Amino acid sequence: MVERRPGLDLLTHLVLTIGVLIVAFPVYVTFVASTQTAEAIVQAPMSLVPGDRLWHNYSAVLTGSEGGPGSSAPVGRMMWVSLVSALTIALGKIAISLLSAFAIVYFRFPFRNFFFWSIFVTLMLPVEVRIAPTYQVVSDLGMLNTYAGLTVPLIASATATFLFRQFFLTVPDELAEAARMDGAGPMRFFWDVLLPLSRTSIAALFVIQFIYGWNQYLWPLLVTTDENMYPVVMGIKRMIAGGDAVNEWNLVMATAILAMLPPAAVVLLMQKWFVKGLVETEK
Amino acid sequence: MEKRVRFRSLTLPWLLLAPQLAVIIVFFFWPAGQALLQSVQMQDAFGTSTEFVGLENFQRLFADELYIESFRTTAVFSILVAVCGIGIALLLAVFADRVVRGASVYKTLMVWPYAVAAAVAGVLWLFMFAPSIGMVSFWLRAAGFDWNHLLNPNHAMALIVMAAVWKQISYNFLFFLAGMQSIPKSLIEAAAIDGAGPWRRFWSIVFPLLSPVTFFLLVINIVYAFFETFAIVDAATQGGPGKATSILVYKVYYDGFKGMDLGSSAAQSVVLMAIVIALTVAQFRYIEKKVQYS
Repeated sequence: MVERRPGLDLLTHLVLTIGVLIVAFPVYVTFVASTQTAEAIVQAPMSLVPGDRLWHNYSAVLTGSEGGPGSSAPVGRMMWVSLVSALTIALGKIAISLLSAFAIVYFRFPFRNFFFWSIFVTLMLPVEVRIAPTYQVVSDLGMLNTYAGLTVPLIASATATFLFRQFFLTVPDELAEAARMDGAGPMRFFWDVLLPLSRTSIAALFVIQFIYGWNQYLWPLLVTTDENMYPVVMGIKRMIAGGDAVNEWNLVMATAILAMLPPAAVVLLMQKWFVKGLVETEK
Repeated sequence: MEKRVRFRSLTLPWLLLAPQLAVIIVFFFWPAGQALLQSVQMQDAFGTSTEFVGLENFQRLFADELYIESFRTTAVFSILVAVCGIGIALLLAVFADRVVRGASVYKTLMVWPYAVAAAVAGVLWLFMFAPSIGMVSFWLRAAGFDWNHLLNPNHAMALIVMAAVWKQISYNFLFFLAGMQSIPKSLIEAAAIDGAGPWRRFWSIVFPLLSPVTFFLLVINIVYAFFETFAIVDAATQGGPGKATSILVYKVYYDGFKGMDLGSSAAQSVVLMAIVIALTVAQFRYIEKKVQYS
């Protein structure tokens, strides 16, 4: 603080509080709606005080025992599908990127730069841009409605490779020299030296990629037609059938809260790594 | 930058690269090649034969009133998202930077919407603004404003812009805050001693020093509005009313999977790829600059 300005301090807290409230309001409304009966929500305006149906709504959604005109697949199953795919995407990306970054930085082989650039080009084209042909490939390979179809195409992105390459370049050469002098082969060096050094980068990337994987929407929309393979983010959309009043909004909103919880928990619990990962992957 | 020390092996680097390359070739280069190929082909109505038509798909595309309209919609949408998102985030970050005590509390409270899926954000805002049951639309009506995004194209656009901005604020906020914290305090203090007030200090010192971050965020936000908002549009308005909120990515999906016009969809994909590449190049020019002057 450069100087004392009590008026400005007051304004600061006022603006920030309003900002936080605006950011939180939609989620609060959602939470309130998820604790009410469907009838209470339809009577506009809905009360802003939580109702007493919290337990009832959430257990109904998780087991899929009650449903409106839209899909009523059990959300418990959807959360599981989301968790498996998000973990596969995050861990798969980290694993294949660590290996390829290691190869590109620590070995000399023909076409090395060509490979680096061809991996790098994939940074540029998001799945959204090439959906139709990618869908074709996945369906030709018989991967519709499978975990492989949900995850493998999304592992193909270069952000992580790029980040690890940048990190490996900052690792002092003396470490590799020492390892070689002690007779350690490349894989030994990778496991015992490089991997432990990359721990923070791995944690940071994990947070970002877990959220990325959990929040996928368009891709699952295309490759899953079986209710058993719906991830939860997409399942919500399937629960909304049309017109405002016919939906069981209390159940939809309970699902929305459930879909938000795991990624929000990851962000809040791993905030330090999350911020680091976010700011570094974009460099 | 190169390593002085390298390992020697003929096969190991290929083995290490193999998984990454396999995934990229099968799910990236092959489909992208297919898109290029399909964009110069046309399929007959039964999908039994294809013929080479050259650039006809592209000509058809740019002669199509609806496609040009979708371009305009996307431009309006992304400019609104980028300007509102960056403006609000900058305002909040400037104030958050002033806070000495409790700064991390505000930061934590601002950060978490990043975790909310775009589709969920769309559903949340749809619920608040639903014409017959939404609480915000009820308040608006009570205030004499008749909100109906199902009929009024401007309302529909406002709805998806709000949802998209809401989701993106935390990201912009973090970058501005990091940018501001890297500005040397001595500069600000010197200006304060020379008698510059907070307003003056912001515009003559902080804002110019933040301009690389602002430019970077501008590119990122436009990319976000172009490509990552599909879920928001699909959840909140489905491109309607009419085609009023049918942005380019939504149209690619709609034409390819609902309209089954693969040639046109592929041509649209190719146009989108060109846009992404242009935006990425812009982003890298920025990084080069930053490396030189930092």
